Amino acid sequence: MPSRDKIFSRIRHNLGRGPLKEEAANALKTRIEGHAPHTIPKRTDIPHKEQVDLFEAKATALAATVARLNALEDVPEALRDYLAAHNLSTKVKMAPDKIFDDLPFDKTPMLEITRGAAAPSDEVSLTPAFAGIAETGTLCMASGPDRPSTLNFLPENHVVVIRASEITGTLEDSWARLREKFGAGNLPRTVNFISGPSRTADIEQTLIMGAHGPRRLHILIVDDDG
Amino acid sequence: MQVTSRRFKEGAHDALHDKNIQQAFSKVKSGFPVARAKSASELPEFEELRDSARDLKNHILENLDYYLEYFEEQVQLQGGRVHWCSSYAEAREVVLHICREAKAKTVTKGKSMITEEMALNDYLSEHGIEPIETDLGEYIIQLAHEYPSHIIAPALHKTKDQVTELFHENHGKYGFNERLTDPQALVNEARSVLRDKYVAADVGITGANFLIAETGSTVIVTNEGNGDLTQSLPKTHIAVSSIEKVVPTLEDASLFLRLLARSATGQEMSVYTTFSTGPKRMEDIDGPANFHVVLVDSGRSDLLGSDKQDLLRCLKCGACMNHCPVYQAVGGHSYGWVYPGPIGAALNPHMVGLEEARHLPNASTFCGRCEEVCPVRIPLPKIMRHWREQAFETQVTPKPERWGIGIWAFFAKRPKLYRLMTRVSARALKLMAGKKGVIHKLPLMKGWSSVRDFPAPEGATFMEQWKKQQREGK
Amino acid sequence: MSASSEKKNVALFVTCLVDLNRPSVGFAAVKLLEAAGCTIVVPEVQTCCGQIAYNSGDKESAKAIAKAVIRAFDGFDYVVAPSGSCAGMIRHHYRELFEGDDTMMVAVEELSTRTYELTSFLHDICGYQPEGVRLDTSLTYHDSCSSLREMKVRDQPRALLGGIDGLEIKEAEDREACCGFGGTFCLKYSEISESMVDTKIENLLASGADTLAAGDLGCLMNIAGRLKRRGADMKVLHVAEILAGMGDKPGLGEGDN
Repeated sequence: MPSRDKIFSRIRHNLGRGPLKEEAANALKTRIEGHAPHTIPKRTDIPHKEQVDLFEAKATALAATVARLNALEDVPEALRDYLAAHNLSTKVKMAPDKIFDDLPFDKTPMLEITRGAAAPSDEVSLTPAFAGIAETGTLCMASGPDRPSTLNFLPENHVVVIRASEITGTLEDSWARLREKFGAGNLPRTVNFISGPSRTADIEQTLIMGAHGPRRLHILIVDDDG
Repeated sequence: MQVTSRRFKEGAHDALHDKNIQQAFSKVKSGFPVARAKSASELPEFEELRDSARDLKNHILENLDYYLEYFEEQVQLQGGRVHWCSSYAEAREVVLHICREAKAKTVTKGKSMITEEMALNDYLSEHGIEPIETDLGEYIIQLAHEYPSHIIAPALHKTKDQVTELFHENHGKYGFNERLTDPQALVNEARSVLRDKYVAADVGITGANFLIAETGSTVIVTNEGNGDLTQSLPKTHIAVSSIEKVVPTLEDASLFLRLLARSATGQEMSVYTTFSTGPKRMEDIDGPANFHVVLVDSGRSDLLGSDKQDLLRCLKCGACMNHCPVYQAVGGHSYGWVYPGPIGAALNPHMVGLEEARHLPNASTFCGRCEEVCPVRIPLPKIMRHWREQAFETQVTPKPERWGIGIWAFFAKRPKLYRLMTRVSARALKLMAGKKGVIHKLPLMKGWSSVRDFPAPEGATFMEQWKKQQREGK
Repeated sequence: MSASSEKKNVALFVTCLVDLNRPSVGFAAVKLLEAAGCTIVVPEVQTCCGQIAYNSGDKESAKAIAKAVIRAFDGFDYVVAPSGSCAGMIRHHYRELFEGDDTMMVAVEELSTRTYELTSFLHDICGYQPEGVRLDTSLTYHDSCSSLREMKVRDQPRALLGGIDGLEIKEAEDREACCGFGGTFCLKYSEISESMVDTKIENLLASGADTLAAGDLGCLMNIAGRLKRRGADMKVLHVAEILAGMGDKPGLGEGDN
C-alpha cells in the first residue's frame, strides 16, 4: 500500500470512522472558506491614529527604529540621514516596486541606488511593507516580482517604508487585505511577518542582535492619513 | 540518533555533577518562565486563547484526514509537491532523492525537530551530501556532534567557552583564526561563515511550525532569520513536517501564533514568521524554483483515538521544559532522545518504546507546572500516569517496586491490620530516633536516607490517640 | 467567629502521614474545625487515599482503596483533609479512576464536591479567622504543588496566618516551585529530588524566616529531613499547628524537646 493510503487508513481507523461523510466534509469546507477569526485582543480596538502610535511603540520596543515622515518624497533624505547617523554604506538595494519610482533621489546624490533582488554583498535594502500590525509592532511583507523577499533578510540593514494607512490592528487585518489583493485561498510566494531585527540567545541565553537576518531594522512611517 | 533513555538515571547523575550543565539549566528558570509570565499578564485574553487553541487542535485532530487532503490539494495547485512518508526511513529516502535530483552537494537546514527525529543529517552525510545547520544553536551542536538539549534552544548546555573552542577548531579553514570570547563576536563570526553556505547551498531544508490547509502554505517561526535565508536562497526548498501540524485557515494559525512565542520565550511574536506558498512565481526574481513538502507520520496517527492523543496538540514551544524542576535539574540530554522535559517524558515512550523510556514518565513529582503553562493545555502529568499504568500492567515496572506497592496496598485495604502495622511502626521509628528526633538511616528506604534525615513520629498514631480520647470522653 | 450557627457535619480525612508521623496535625485540624463551628467525626476504617498506588500505575489497588474511602466517608456534609495532596486525590483523581464506571460515578462525584483541603475549607466555607493566637516568629510559606495547582489554595493559608498575632510572613523566591518530594519520586530518583529540595531550601533560607509552614506533611518531611541533614536551622511546622496555637511545640525532626 502506498504510504499516503497507509497514513489515511491509519488516521481513519484510529478515529473510528471511514472517510468523512459529504455533509461533514462540506461543513469543514465551509469552515475554511469562512475563515472566521478567534478572539481578537482588545488592545487594538482603538482609533486608527492610535493604532499607528501603538505600532510605533511596539516596533520600538522590539529594537526597531522608527521615523515619521510627512510624505513619500521625504524618504530619500530620511534614508540618507539614517545611514549617515549609523555610519552605514550609502549603497542601497531598493525593491523594484513602482511606489519608489518617483522618489526624488536627486536630492540625495551621495546615495547609490540600485534595484533588484538582494545579493550577498548588499549592505542596505529599502523595501515597501504590505501592512503593519499595531498589536505587536509587526511588519507584513508580501513578495512579488517587485518585492523580492531576499531584500528582507540578506542585507545587514533593512529600511522599510510603510504608509500610515497600511497600518492596521491585527494579523487578521493583514489576512483580509491579502485576500482582497490576491484572492481567497491565495498567498504570494512569501509572506514575511517581521517583528524587530534579527536576534539570538543561543550562547548562554544572552541576547545578541543580528544573528543571520538584518542587524538593524529602520521603519519609515509615511503619514498619508491627512 | 542513538536512543539512551534507558540510562536516564545515569545521565541525570552525570548532569547533576556537571558544573556547566547545572549552571546552564538552573539559569533557565530566571529567563524563559519570567518572560512568559510577563507577556501572558500583558494579554488579558491569554487564558481564553489557550482554551480556544486546545479546542481548535482537538477539532483538527478529529478531522485530520480532511485537512491534510485539503492542504495537499492547495500545495499542488500552487505548483508544489507533497510527499507522504509513514516512517522515518521513508522520509529520509524521499529527502535524499530530492537532493539528488537537485544534484545537491550541500544543503542548508533551518531548525526542525522532525529532522532530528529522522536523524536526517547523519543520513545525508552518509550519502555524500553535506548538511549545514544554520540556526546558531543547531550549528554549534552540529560542530560538537551532539543533539539538542532543548527544543527551542538546542545548545543550551554549551558554555560560551565551549563555543569559543568549537569555533576556533572549525573556523580556521575559513580564515578565522582568532579565539573569540565575546558573544557578539562569536555570533558575528558564525554569521559570516554561514552567509557563504546559504548562498552556495543547492537545497534548503526547513521544518514547519504550521501547514495551512486553506492556502497550501508552510510556516516557519524564527528569531534569527536563518530559516528564511535557508528557504529563499537555494533553488529547491524542502519543508519537512509531521502530519499533525496542519491547521485549517490563516485565522486559525493566528490564534496559535498569539500563544506560541509568548509561551516559548515571552515574546509577543518571534522576529520572523514566514508563510511559504509554492515555488517562486513566474515573474519573481528570487525564491526557490522547486517546493516540496515532506509529510511524516511515524507514530503520529497511532496516537489518534488513544489515551495519549492530546500529545498531538503540542506546538513545540518548550514551555513545559522551561518550567520543569526535573528538567532544570538534569538538563536535556538525560532524557535520551529528541524531546526532553515533560513533553519528552510523555511522548518518548510512544516513539522509542516504553521499556526503553520507562524512567521518563516516572521521573516526575507530578507538580503540574507543565500542564499549567502548556499553551494547548496538554495534560502531561495525566499522560505520564497512563504510561505508569501501562508499565505496571505489562510488568515493565521493576519487581521490587511492584512488590513494595503490593505490600503497602495489602495493608491499606485492611484497616485493622493497617492500624496494627502503623502502631508498631510509629513506636519502632520513635525508638530508633531516640532523643535526636530524626533517623539518619531508615531501613529499606535508602532513597530517603541517602539525602535526608527522617523526622521521627511522635509515638502513638493519631487514630489510636483519637480513639482513646473518644473512649475517655475527652 | 463568623461561622454559621448551623453546625457542619465534617468527616476528617486524617491522611496516612499525619496518622503515622505527626498526629498533632490531626488534633490541630480537629481543634480548628471545631472552633469554626463544625462537628467532627473521624471514620475509623480510613487508611489512605490510594495515591501511592495510583501514581505508581497500580490502578486496581488504587480503585480498591478509593472504594473503601468512598464508603467510609459517605453521609457527611464535608470531608476535610489537612493535605492538598490527599484532598486533590479524592476530589480530582477518583473521577479518573472510575471513568466509565457509571455505578461508581454518582458516589465519586458526590464525594468530590464535598472534599476540601483544610485551610481553604476554614477560610472559604467556614469564614473562619483565628483569634487570640500568638506566635512571635517570622514565617515563610511553601505552596505544595497539589494544594496550589489542584486545589487552588494560595491565598487562604496566608489570610489565616495573617490573623496570628506577632507573626511576620516573609515570602521566599520561587515559592511555587516543587520541593522534590513527589511521593515515591523522592525514593526512586533521590539524586534529582536532592537537587530540587536543595534549590527549595536555598530559597527558603534566603527569605530570612525562622519558621517554615506548609499544608502538606509530605513536603514538610522532605524539607525538614533535608534541613536536618544539612544542619540548617529552620523550624518546620504544619500550617494547622500554627493556626491552632500549637506553634510553640517542637518542629518536625526535633524530637520531644
